[in-house]
Amino acid sequence: MQARKCDDRPGPARRLRFQSIRKVWFGIWPVLPVIFTLLLVLGAPPYLAVAQGQGGAGAPDPDAITTIPIGYLKQEVKRPIPLSRLNTEPDDLGIAGAQIALKDNNTTGIFTKQKFALDVEDVPPGGDAVQALKTLVASGHRFILVDAPADVLMRLSDAVKDQDVLLFNISATDVRLRQEDCRANVLHTAPDRTMLADALAQYLVWKKWPRWLVVKGVFPEDLAYLDALRRAAKRFGGTIVEEREYEETPGARRSDTGHQQIQTQMPVLTQGAPSYDVVVVADEKEVFGPYVPYRTWDPRPVAGTAGLKAASWHPAHEQWGATQMQNRFQRFAKRFMLPLDYQAWVAVRAVGEGASRVGSGDFERINAYLRGDEFDLAAFKGQKVTFRPWDGQLRQPIIIAGPDMPVSTSPQEGFLHERTELDTLGIDQPESECRFQR
Amino acid sequence: MTRETSRRGVLAVLAAIGFVFSAGPAAAYTVYVSNEKGNSITVLDSETFEVLETLPVGQRPRGIKLTKDDKHLLVCASDDNTVQMVDVATREIVGDLPSGPDPELLNLHPSGSPVYVANEDDNLLTVIDLNDKKVLAEVIVGVEPEGVGVSPDGKIVVVTSETTNMAHFIDTESYEITDNVLVGSRPRFAEFTADGKHLWVSSEVAGTVSVIDTETRKIIKKIEFAIPGVQPEYIQPVGVRVTKDGSKAFVALGPANRVAVINAKTFEVEDYLLVGKRVWQLAFTPDQKLLFATNGVSNDVSVIDVPNLKVVKSIPVGRAPWGVTVSQE
Repeated sequence: MQARKCDDRPGPARRLRFQSIRKVWFGIWPVLPVIFTLLLVLGAPPYLAVAQGQGGAGAPDPDAITTIPIGYLKQEVKRPIPLSRLNTEPDDLGIAGAQIALKDNNTTGIFTKQKFALDVEDVPPGGDAVQALKTLVASGHRFILVDAPADVLMRLSDAVKDQDVLLFNISATDVRLRQEDCRANVLHTAPDRTMLADALAQYLVWKKWPRWLVVKGVFPEDLAYLDALRRAAKRFGGTIVEEREYEETPGARRSDTGHQQIQTQMPVLTQGAPSYDVVVVADEKEVFGPYVPYRTWDPRPVAGTAGLKAASWHPAHEQWGATQMQNRFQRFAKRFMLPLDYQAWVAVRAVGEGASRVGSGDFERINAYLRGDEFDLAAFKGQKVTFRPWDGQLRQPIIIAGPDMPVSTSPQEGFLHERTELDTLGIDQPESECRFQR
Repeated sequence: MTRETSRRGVLAVLAAIGFVFSAGPAAAYTVYVSNEKGNSITVLDSETFEVLETLPVGQRPRGIKLTKDDKHLLVCASDDNTVQMVDVATREIVGDLPSGPDPELLNLHPSGSPVYVANEDDNLLTVIDLNDKKVLAEVIVGVEPEGVGVSPDGKIVVVTSETTNMAHFIDTESYEITDNVLVGSRPRFAEFTADGKHLWVSSEVAGTVSVIDTETRKIIKKIEFAIPGVQPEYIQPVGVRVTKDGSKAFVALGPANRVAVINAKTFEVEDYLLVGKRVWQLAFTPDQKLLFATNGVSNDVSVIDVPNLKVVKSIPVGRAPWGVTVSQE
C-alpha cells in the first residue's frame, strides 16, 4: 500500500529493533518418536517407512535430506483500528498461513527427503527492511515472502537484484508493481487492484447491476482503487453514474454516540443520486465504508471495499476441497484463515511444489520451474493457479463475498479469453507495461 | 377396471418382465448413490432405472462401497467423522467403523476385509478389520489423502494425497510405504487394472491421468484430454474405471461434463460422452454392460451403455450425488 506519511513515520527510538530470527521447525520430524511409540502400544506393526525414506533399509541418513529455508519479512505498518472489532487484525496474520504451508511442504518432504524451514524477520515501523532482508539472505534464504508496502518492496527488490533471491509479494495490491515498477525477482501472490475490481465488476454485470454510484474516500489508495473500478466498468460494460466524495478525515474510531450521527450522515451522502443499481465504495482505509450498508438513501446493495467484496480468500469458502484447508488452518492457528494467510500459503506451497517437482533445492531450477509452463498448483479454487510470465502475477480465481458467506467466484461465465478465463482478471499481456530487466 | 386392479395388473406385468430379465443375460443389480448435500443414499434398480428408495444417513456422505457379501453398505459420513454400516436388507444403520476424522473414500481388500479408509483431514490411511471393527493400523501418508486403490492380489494398497501430489504404495502386510510416485496436481482416484499390471491415477487440477507400471513404479503414460469448445481448466479428471478385460478405461472429467473413453492398451482417448454437470465417480455393473456416473451439480446419475458407448439415461437422485457402488447380484 502506498501509505500516507503518518503510516510510515519512524518509530520513536529510530533505531533498528529487529527481533532475533525466530527459527521454528515444523512438520512431522519432532513427533516421529511419539507416533512410533503410539503404534507400538496399539499393537500395530511399527511404521518404519517414514524413518527410512523411500523404501530404503537401515538407519536414516541425515546427509541425504535437503534443507530449503524460506524467509518471511514483515514490515510493520501503523494502521488505524478497524471500524468493526470483528475485523481486528491477528498478530500472526499471514505468518500463520506460511506456517501451515510449511507443515504441508514438510509432510510431502518426508517422502522427497526435503525439509523446509521458515524464518521470520519482523521490522518495526520505520525500521530498516533492507538490512533485515540482507540478514535473511546472508543466512541462506533464497525464497523470501514480503509483507510490506510497495515502496519498501521495491527497495528490497533492488537491494538483491544481482543475487539468487526470489521475493514473493504477498500483500501489496498496487498495480504499478505489476506495470511500470515490475521487477524480475518478484512474484505476486496478492491480487492487484485491477484483479479485484475486475472480479467484482464481472459479478455485478452478470447480476445485471451495471449502474454504480461510487462513494469514494480522499486517500491515494481510494483513488487507485477507483482507477481500477473505472477500468473495470469500461471493460465489462458497467457505468459509474456519479462519484461522490466522503471528505471526513479519520478520527477516533469509537465514540459513545457514533451511531446517531452516522445514521443521518450516510443517507445524506447517498441522497438524490441518478438512477443506479448498486453503491460501490472506494474506501480502502475503512474511514466510512462499513457504515454504508443498510444506511443508503435508496434501498440498494453495497459493494467494493465494503459490503460485497472481492478477495483471494474468505474464511467461509468451502468449495473445491477448501473445507480441509480451513479445518487444518483453524486447528493450527486457532482462528479463521484470512486473505493474507492464503496469499502466504500459496507462496510457501509454490516453493514446496517447485522443490518437489524438480527434486532439488537448487534456486535456479525452482525459480525457472515456478515461471514455466509445467508449474501448476492446486490451491482450493477449482482450477490450477499459475504465474503470468509477463509480470509475475499469480493467476487465480477471486472470491466475491459478503461478510458471512461467499456469494460467487470470478471469472464469471460468459467473460471469455483466448488463453484462460483467469486472464480476464487484471492486466492482460497486450496491455502490460512490464519489461523485466535482467 | 378399478385403479387398484389396474395397479395390480401393472405390478404383475413388471414382475413378469423382471423374472424374464433376471433369467436372461442382463441381470438387475442394485445401485447405491451417496448424496453429499442430501445426507442420503439413493437406491436404484440397474434394469428399470427406477429409484427404489432414499435412505437417510450421516452428514456429508461421500465415498461408499458394498461389502463383498453385498450385505452391508459402507458410507463415509465425512462431517460425522465416521464410516456408517447400513444393513442392506433392513435398510438400517447398524454400526459405525472407527474410521478416524473426515473419511472421504474407502476400498476393500479382495478377501472382503480389511477396509482401507482415507482420512482427508488427518493425513492418514486407516486400516480397519471388518469382522471385529478394530483398527489394524494407521499409516501416515501425504497431505489430504483421498483415492484408495487395492491391487487385485491384495498385496498393495495405494493412497493418493491431493496436496502432496503423490501415489503412495503401501505393503498390506507390513503397512510400510514402499514407493512414492509423484503424479499431476491434486490426485483424486487410484484404480488398478484387473491384471494388476497398471495403476491409473487421475489428477484433477493438472487435468491428466497417469498410468503407472506397478512393477517398476514408474509412470509409463500421462494421458491428456482436449475437448473442442471446453476450456482446458474445466477438464478435471476424477473417477476412473478400467474394464476387466483391460480394453477400455472411462474417466469422469468433472466440470467438463464428459466421461472420456480411452483405449486402455494404446492409451488413446477415443471418445467423450456428454453426461450431467460436474461428473465425479463411476461404477460398473458386475457384467460391465452399464457404467453409472454421478453428476454433482445437476443432481443426477448418467447411465452409460458400455458396449455401445452411449449415454442411455439420466436418473434424478438426491442433492449433490458423489459416490456410487453396485451390488454383485
